[in-house]
Amino acid sequence: MELWQIILAALLKIGFIIAVVVGAFAPVLVWAERRQSAMMQDRVGPHRAALTLPGWAVDLVDSTVRPLFAGAVLCGLVAALAGFGIFWEFVFSTEADSTFMGVSHEGLYILGAVATAVAGALFVGHKVHAGLVDAGGKVRIIGLLHPLADALKMIWKEDFVPPKADKFLHAIAPIITVIPAVLTFAVIPFSDTLFLDYLTDVVPRDGVIQGATVPMQVANLNVGILFIFAVAGTGVIGAAVGGYASDNKFSLLGGIRAASQMVSYEVALGLTLVPCFMIYDTLRLEEMVMWQHTHSFVPGFAGTWGIFLPPLTIGFILYLTAAIAETKRVPFDLPEGESELVGGYLTEYSGMKFGMFFTGEFVEVVALAAIAAIIFFGGWDVPFLFRSGFDLPGEWAFTVPLTDWVIADQILLQHWFVVVIQLVAFLGKIIALIFFQLTLRWSLPRFRYDQVMALCWKGLLPLSLVLILITGIGILVLNQ
Amino acid sequence: MFAEYLPVFLLLLVAVGVAIFMFTMASLAGPKNMTPEKAIPYEAGSNTTGARHIRLSIKFYLTAILFVVFDIEAVFLYPWAAMFRRLGWQGLIEMVLFLAVLGVTLVYAWRKGALEWEK
Repeated sequence: MELWQIILAALLKIGFIIAVVVGAFAPVLVWAERRQSAMMQDRVGPHRAALTLPGWAVDLVDSTVRPLFAGAVLCGLVAALAGFGIFWEFVFSTEADSTFMGVSHEGLYILGAVATAVAGALFVGHKVHAGLVDAGGKVRIIGLLHPLADALKMIWKEDFVPPKADKFLHAIAPIITVIPAVLTFAVIPFSDTLFLDYLTDVVPRDGVIQGATVPMQVANLNVGILFIFAVAGTGVIGAAVGGYASDNKFSLLGGIRAASQMVSYEVALGLTLVPCFMIYDTLRLEEMVMWQHTHSFVPGFAGTWGIFLPPLTIGFILYLTAAIAETKRVPFDLPEGESELVGGYLTEYSGMKFGMFFTGEFVEVVALAAIAAIIFFGGWDVPFLFRSGFDLPGEWAFTVPLTDWVIADQILLQHWFVVVIQLVAFLGKIIALIFFQLTLRWSLPRFRYDQVMALCWKGLLPLSLVLILITGIGILVLNQ
Repeated sequence: MFAEYLPVFLLLLVAVGVAIFMFTMASLAGPKNMTPEKAIPYEAGSNTTGARHIRLSIKFYLTAILFVVFDIEAVFLYPWAAMFRRLGWQGLIEMVLFLAVLGVTLVYAWRKGALEWEK
């Protein structure tokens, strides 16, 4: 490829990542976090954030409520009448082409279906409208405005720097936290390779495909996941430097705690993934997904996700523990534990600089969830979805009643649609893992610091070493 | 090599841009209103006493040393894991010996109390 093509493709993919991670995941995460805290701990949920509509707009919107509801009721009545007619036809009518109130057999079916659909649509519109605008004319959109409100609030707060702080280090710490978190997304594959010549065509299921290809990850590095470890490892510097530069005892303690905890769990995090490298026989993330996509151990199934291989089931639990501890979130949030350390290394940060630490943390949560989705949950792999389309188990076909649509075990799909399905599946897996972490976050109490360190050095570390040996013996025995 | 890592540098530039943008917003948009009370280190209401840079437990230092030892171990494990199927039983036995030495290290540190935080 030409240089400008490489740059253009890279910029498009970077734009996509920034849009998805910063534009979509971070707000959803903020929203879900507020929502769950409201449900579990009786706090105020994300619903507080609202846009107030002007008076005339409220009047306009209110004037549509009655017609909408009246229309829904009317269509509901018509649908009920048509339904009764169909029932009457089936039960009481003896003639072959009887009518009900002058409407023929087919007419009743069509009338019933249309009236039901319209009534449903009007009712849903009524409900959506009621959800959007409550009594005060406030648009809330189920609280999705809250992340925006959070960001705006942080920007307009006072940017406080302690007068005796090390100004340079105090300023650079939040920047150091954000950069590596974003950079980890460089090697994460979002879907299967894109074949430019086949965009609106069906790609052959097997064989080598000729023509231009675009890998769906920013950089195609041979070190793969080692790049993530190398970059994510520098994240610890932000917390430690921030705590050191703040000129506050509690900040210093929080920073040093963060440093100790993060380096400890970095070792554990790296070791828990070694069994995966041994099984997949590669360090490249896209090849790990491909391995899960192509290796089938259960007859009839297309691929096998890593979590269904026994060593990796245990590996996943170890990895998730280490990952939550690495992101310093509850129940491992000792570095910022407010009951002991005021605010930990964040004590002397305010406004958007405080927000930058949290942005870094959230992006890191997304990154670690993405790695878990790739290594343990098949990444973009969807069961029975090949690059040519779906191939469901068995050989069968049936025709949908009253139409000539045929549904068979083989469903061929255009290439762009396959890629979109894979993309959505991957993002869905990430969101599911994030929600699981959030549920843990609001369910579990905080550990003590000695327990956190003991869990790493006396628990995860020996366990992952034993797991590596068991995996190694297992692979060699099964291979012979 | 250059073509492989060029997108990484582009992403780095974008990440730096995002970080600088957020930082500049923080510095420019908010009010500046420094008072003597605000300048005191914040300790949730109690008055601060003693030096700001306190002495820290030796445990943090020990953890850092252990981290160096075991992270190097992890670094040796990665290429071995990626080559594992080609090395076979011989590679596994060699790695078991390597891990055994580090296991002894861990047990030694454990028995000496380097992993105890209570005392």
